[in-house]
Amino acid sequence: MSRPLHTVVCLKVVPKSEEVQVDRESMTLDRTKARSEINPPDMNALEMALSLKDCYGGRVSLLSMGPPFVAAYLRMGIAMGADDAYLLSDRAFGGADTLATSLTLASAVRKIGGSDLVLCGEESSDGATAQVPPGIAAWLNIPQATYALSIAVEEEGFAFVTREIQGGEEDLAVPLPAVVSVKVGVNEPRFMDIDRLHNADQLSPVSVWTAADLDVDPGAIGIGGSPTTVAGLRTATTGGGRRRQVLSGTPDEKAALIYEEIMRYLGVTTPAT
Amino acid sequence: MPESLYGPGEASGIWVFLEHEDGEIVPVSRELLGKARELAGRSESSLTGLVMGNDVEDVAAKASRLDLDRVLTVPHPRLEPFTAEANSFAAAAAIRAQRPDVLLMGATPYGRDLAGRLAVMLQTGLTADCTDLDLEPDSGLLLGEVSGFGGDILAMIKCERRRPQMATVRPGVFAETGHRRAAPAPIDTFAVDVPAQAVPVRVLARRKHHGVDISRAGRLVIAGRGVQGEMSLVESLARVLDAEVGATRVAVDEGWIGRDRQIGQTGIVVRPGLAIVCGASGATQFTVGIDKAGLVVALNQDPEAPIFEQADLCVVEDLFPVVRALLARFESEGAMPS
Ligand SMILES: Cc1cc2nc3c(=O)[nH]c(=O)nc-3n(C[C@H](O)[C@H](O)[C@H](O)COP(=O)(O)OP(=O)(O)OC[C@H]3O[C@@H](n4cnc5c(N)ncnc54)[C@H](O)[C@@H]3O)c2cc1C
Repeated sequence: MSRPLHTVVCLKVVPKSEEVQVDRESMTLDRTKARSEINPPDMNALEMALSLKDCYGGRVSLLSMGPPFVAAYLRMGIAMGADDAYLLSDRAFGGADTLATSLTLASAVRKIGGSDLVLCGEESSDGATAQVPPGIAAWLNIPQATYALSIAVEEEGFAFVTREIQGGEEDLAVPLPAVVSVKVGVNEPRFMDIDRLHNADQLSPVSVWTAADLDVDPGAIGIGGSPTTVAGLRTATTGGGRRRQVLSGTPDEKAALIYEEIMRYLGVTTPAT
Repeated sequence: MPESLYGPGEASGIWVFLEHEDGEIVPVSRELLGKARELAGRSESSLTGLVMGNDVEDVAAKASRLDLDRVLTVPHPRLEPFTAEANSFAAAAAIRAQRPDVLLMGATPYGRDLAGRLAVMLQTGLTADCTDLDLEPDSGLLLGEVSGFGGDILAMIKCERRRPQMATVRPGVFAETGHRRAAPAPIDTFAVDVPAQAVPVRVLARRKHHGVDISRAGRLVIAGRGVQGEMSLVESLARVLDAEVGATRVAVDEGWIGRDRQIGQTGIVVRPGLAIVCGASGATQFTVGIDKAGLVVALNQDPEAPIFEQADLCVVEDLFPVVRALLARFESEGAMPS
């Protein structure tokens, strides 16, 4: 057994991807009709942090960057068992790419006073780049382990991480502090404790920080600190080329049509290799 | 904004990180070389393959036959087994010294680990998980195409002032050209000292699954939640079709099939000639993985299911009787041409 752990969990609140409407004319995303949720992979990271706390004791802090309404989601995390929550909310953070985002989050981890572990979800359902966790690790100049399936802290100062790699798994001994991203779907996030939800503000009010609260170069955050920019947008043609032919008939007749189509297709085309 | 380590005026050449495993260059790196060669041709740049590791002579020799202008090896015993910390340390040293304009890497677990760390160390822009790469007409800047939320909008991302311009691309996005050099390309070596402190993480064990690589499968039968765990039915259909079995994340999370067969954003991008998709709703995170398939047959009982937007043949029906009938038909007609 080791000493109690302090874990910071980075959470991102995203619109539910299936509810985001795309206006193909103006090429904008209409998120107004979409409800928000905590990025599902981040819920796995939170569950991992809470189960580490169950195992070793210690403290779980939540960290998110986003508009003020995100505080409500952080309270849900408190209701699940987290101890405190920090929301980075400032227009100055807006428009950040992964370089500026990972700097902002790393600066907040420093301001929190550091931690043994920083846990993130493997990627976000909207950005989906998986580059923020290694970015945070690089800014803090600490080790990283990504796509973690399990974490154990059986020896003072080390996390033993089993993680997914291409076509297999790896066991790592990672000295703490470290950033670990958690593989999506590795656990079943626990339910909120409704009493804790009602009392979340008394238990631990969400600390809201602006850029001025962080020890960070204002030119290195937000859109100004982001070296990448959008050069253009276009609508995807995904599936556009598909025939979308609806087959009719009984199940048997449909099967016969599929059979013929497959034979015709394979007869004239060699499968891609 | 803090200074870039070197600017556009001092940068030249396209580098591709050649990831290797058991002495072989992994497919995504070879796929990237094909695209990089096209970009190098258009921008009149030279194309370098970056090989990092311990005993890299054999890999470098193999690399030198691929369609590139030069191989750059960065050898050091501490670079294997792979850790992001050691490899980013060594790669950053080589990049600062030689100043490439563009650095491309595969969006594999190792490639992403390295790219994310390296971009911060080099204070530059990274466009991750590109679905295509291009050059901006007048500026010649690298454009990384990424799919926005929901996959319906594609954004072209560029990095104007910092170098190198970094991008990662998922396996399977580009097809391998197979072009090879007649005479081997020159092999340069960049000497680097990797101190022990640069390697904080110890790799204790590595296990490879004996699973298949479905990214190269010519035919796939794909199971979604609608299959309800009846994997034997899907497997039988795959067998008569001489196909591999793939799955949505739900089917994997349910434990019906191994994670190495998951298709999609957090799984694998596949490009089979034929894909039969059984009981999948068609979430964008799934369909990005089958975008490059030839003929797509979708079976779903819900006429509103988004999968039908992405299918050539739409079968609005309970999948079980249809698959059973199809199976019976193939079984009675004998073996499939393969
Ligand atoms: C960050 C992130 C990354 C993700 N990455 C991936 C990924 O890589 N791959 C992936 O697949 N998903 C991924 N997902 C999950 C994705 O959003 C969907 O939840 C998932 O693809 C749904 O799987 P499904 O289609 O099998 O299940 P469901 O969405 O539940 O669909 C099941 C379908 O089966 C149909 N059905 C049920 N019974 C029958 C029947 N008897 N006959 C015919 N049809 C039937 C239903 O009508 C329904 O449409 C990701 C999600 C997030 C947030």
